[in-house]
Amino acid sequence: MRRAERWAPIVFGVAALALWQGLVIGLRVKPYVLPGPAAIVIAFWADRASLLLSLVSTLAVTGAALLAAALLGMALAMAMAASRLARAAIQPWAVVLQVTPVVAIAPLIIIWVHQQFAAMVVCATIVAFFPVLSNTAAGLAATPPELADLFRLNGASRWQTLALLRLPSALPFFLAGLRIAGTLALVGAVVAEFVASSGGFAGGLAGRILEAGYRLEIPRMFAALTLLALTGIGIYAALGAFERTMLRRFGAGGRDAREGT
Amino acid sequence: MVRLEQVTRQFGTGIVALAGIDAEIGRGEFVALLGPSGCGKSTLLRLLAGLDAPDAGRLAWDGGAAPGAGEIGFVFQDATLLPWASAARNVHLPLRLAGQHFEEDAASVHALLARLGLAGFEDAKPAALSGGMRMRVAIARALVSRPRLLLMDEPFAALDEFTRNRLQDDLLALWRETGSTIVFVTHSIYEAAYLATRIVVMTPRPGRIAAEIASPLAEGGDRRTDPAYAALVREVTETLRAVMPA
Repeated sequence: MRRAERWAPIVFGVAALALWQGLVIGLRVKPYVLPGPAAIVIAFWADRASLLLSLVSTLAVTGAALLAAALLGMALAMAMAASRLARAAIQPWAVVLQVTPVVAIAPLIIIWVHQQFAAMVVCATIVAFFPVLSNTAAGLAATPPELADLFRLNGASRWQTLALLRLPSALPFFLAGLRIAGTLALVGAVVAEFVASSGGFAGGLAGRILEAGYRLEIPRMFAALTLLALTGIGIYAALGAFERTMLRRFGAGGRDAREGT
Repeated sequence: MVRLEQVTRQFGTGIVALAGIDAEIGRGEFVALLGPSGCGKSTLLRLLAGLDAPDAGRLAWDGGAAPGAGEIGFVFQDATLLPWASAARNVHLPLRLAGQHFEEDAASVHALLARLGLAGFEDAKPAALSGGMRMRVAIARALVSRPRLLLMDEPFAALDEFTRNRLQDDLLALWRETGSTIVFVTHSIYEAAYLATRIVVMTPRPGRIAAEIASPLAEGGDRRTDPAYAALVREVTETLRAVMPA
């Protein structure tokens, strides 16, 4: 990437924030309608302890859900790759779970699963596991047929073919799915918190957003929203870095083509 | 080594890939299967490898039993290496599938890579190697288990001419050195004439053996400029013209 391209989004963002602040001051917009960036920063600083504590709570749900989604997605994808019967049995239900809005099933889950944290993790996992499942399944199915033949010729067992060929082939697909699942887990966690808050649960960033809304503390609401957006970006970037590290370590490696035959 | 008796293979779509093939492959031979696309050469190779089974006819192997795991080396048109594994680990793969540990075989794997001109590239991953080097790794992988039979499916078709010529020379040298049996599928008349002790010409739809031409080329010497090589190319070309449907 050229230098100018790297700085472009930052310059654009700063310019947009300055314009926002300028308009809020110039047009005398009331802070309970639209606070300026400065007011949001001030509100964040004033309420930092509570906001960060809520972030930790949201992140705990997100992290647990991402882990569960990764394990569940991979296990189901492996089952689907191992047997056509399993594929036929699992695939439609995975799609049903995927297309049903989690907001609609979350109240049920919260009634069924008594432990609040576990209930929210279940909700977020339902949102997050599908990209892991579909990507890993696609990766397991995309094994080059010649390599599969080679394994057969050398008498490879099913387990050897899975461990030495199909899983490593699927790794880039799995990691791409995991990156999408990371941001979805955050979305799922916040949705679950919103639903749980109607039952008295007050933790998490969703709780802060609702609370600020009831009290018309709009700058604080924006502060929580901003924190949520930054967290999403952070998760996406962290999983991207994890993906690159894994692929450098276990993937195809460098592309410095050498001379010679 | 193996005799094919009235081997027939047809696919579900009604295409007869092979129709009543009778052929014999002797120990130590270098047989080229020559023909245009769709003549069933690759199908025949897969039958020999045991990756596919004939619908009629049979393959009679010396000693009765078909080759087991690791007794057949196969080289595909693409190198088809594991992209995440080093050259040495790729070569070792057939032994690993047989339950051996890399550390025990490292010396022989390195020696084999060196024999194929890849000393110093043991730890390189496929993406860091040129097309010709990747094909050398694939050949080393096919040889590492000391197979009874080496099957090659247009292995040099995707390489440039200079690389192809060098690999052909190296393959001939390896074949003379090891005395192995090779069945080599190609659609290049020049390649078949240059490499093989016997050229089996096949015609398409249904795949049949149209002619067999024994190579008169002497061992050693520069084959490429040998007048006998030019004469053989001419003979094969004329045979193909005579047997090919218009």
